[in-house]
Amino acid sequence: MSRFSWFNAVSLTIGFAFLYIPMIILIIFSFNESKLVTVWAGFSTKWYGELLANEAFLDAAWVTLRVAVFSSTLATILGTAAAYVLIRSGRFFGRTLFSGMIYAPLVMPEVITGLSLLLLFIGIGLERGVLTIVLAHTTFSMCYVSVVVSSRLATFDKSLEEAALDLGCSSAQAFRLVTLPIIAPAVISGWLLAFTLSLDDLVIASFATGPSATTLPIKIFSAVRLGVSPEINALSTIMIAIVTVGVITASLLSKRKLVREREEEFMAARS
Amino acid sequence: MRRFALIALPYAWLLALFLVPFLIVVKISLSDVALSIPPYSPQFSWDEGIGAFLAELDFENFVFLTQDSLYWKAYLSSLFIALVSTVLTLMIGYPVAYGMARASEEWRPTLMMLIILPFWTSFLIRVYAWMGILSQEGFLNQFLLWTGIISTPLTILNTTTAVYIGIVYTYLPFMVLPIYAALDRLDGSLIEAAEDLGCSRLSAFWLVTIPMSRNGIIAGCFLVFIPALGEFVIPSLLGGSGTLMIGKVLWEEFFSNRDWPVASAVAVVLLLILIIPIVLFQRNQQRASEAD
Repeated sequence: MSRFSWFNAVSLTIGFAFLYIPMIILIIFSFNESKLVTVWAGFSTKWYGELLANEAFLDAAWVTLRVAVFSSTLATILGTAAAYVLIRSGRFFGRTLFSGMIYAPLVMPEVITGLSLLLLFIGIGLERGVLTIVLAHTTFSMCYVSVVVSSRLATFDKSLEEAALDLGCSSAQAFRLVTLPIIAPAVISGWLLAFTLSLDDLVIASFATGPSATTLPIKIFSAVRLGVSPEINALSTIMIAIVTVGVITASLLSKRKLVREREEEFMAARS
Repeated sequence: MRRFALIALPYAWLLALFLVPFLIVVKISLSDVALSIPPYSPQFSWDEGIGAFLAELDFENFVFLTQDSLYWKAYLSSLFIALVSTVLTLMIGYPVAYGMARASEEWRPTLMMLIILPFWTSFLIRVYAWMGILSQEGFLNQFLLWTGIISTPLTILNTTTAVYIGIVYTYLPFMVLPIYAALDRLDGSLIEAAEDLGCSRLSAFWLVTIPMSRNGIIAGCFLVFIPALGEFVIPSLLGGSGTLMIGKVLWEEFFSNRDWPVASAVAVVLLLILIIPIVLFQRNQQRASEAD
């Protein structure tokens, strides 16, 4: 499709303004001198200072980071295994149930997932804390990882694996030397997705945790319920900055890779 | 053997941490509330046997949900709010996706990234951002007072209007992406053909573009509707006491009233309601992938 019109320009401008203006306002007012978040009283970075001196927030950030690293790594291993089983294993006993359990958590309301896990943890007498949040996050994010990885597995040429097996690889070697390098980008984006889902989650973590562990979203939520605060603005700005840098770097890297591949193809075609 | 381990590990994990917990919810929804820890009865014990245990389960909690008007009103108003916000998101999202599909090749990756970026940013923060905008002394009121459109500040925060804004804002990327994907595949020569055959631009849009992007529209609508139905964060931060949504009711039933059997029954009914849109969504996705 071509023929970009003024109508397209206007709708894009309005759409992106709607998406970005709230975040821009939030960022600007994290540098506000005043405690009142809606009245500008001069530039200051004091809220960042207060934030970094706030032990409770730092503790929560540390808990959140640990949970996210552990749960996304576990989820990536389990999710990749699940994707491999779904795409490559053909028929096995209980396959329908298995694929149902992979897709159901994606559409399950968070309140239900959280409630059911809490009832399980209480039922088996597991003390709630970092461990139970990791278990809960792994469970729902492995399903996202498996969807991402299986879409890559479904499009890749199976004969490559078969060739490796014919040439004397064991199936483990074939997976490590052929399959894994090919699906690696999907595995990495699955891990990133699981990581951000874990960083972001409020509802499931609130159900899964006990008094011993508080994550950053839980902390933010309880602070925000009392109203807008400049400290939260500062915290949000830091989080937005990290994500923005990460996403832009990732897209620049993949773009550069694409350009290089095109150049290589071009050179190969010429020689 | 290795194949067995590969299947067994994720399988066992999901059985233990997805299916079993859900069966526990169903079981507790059929139990009675009790002043014990955990606060429900009967508790299962092997001595009394399964028969005696099953005999004590009943549908009392589900009957209670139909009798107390709070619950069915909350279900209905969740359905209504989810439906209206889906329509609003479609009305804002379609022109954006359309504009993206018509933008020049070199702009598209940037536009795509701008749509995806909010998706990676914390959901909670994006909802929070609106609290400062919509409040009585917030930016929207300041702006409207300054332009002279209104003379007294509007009350938007803690109303259902704020919930609509919140849902449309946070779920907009979910609507734009599938529609963009459908429009991107659309063959431009079809529209030219329609115009050559005497269609006006507008009727070519209605008769060709919209039907050809139908799968994207349906997918986007379900991707907004399904999560919006059980939404908790948006109604509890932006909505007021007058905004009834079932996710919030479930949360309060559990954490404030500590009535686990009723909370479980609320969850089971919510899931039964969700099965219909989920099945329809899956059918649409299947049809779309067959059409390719």
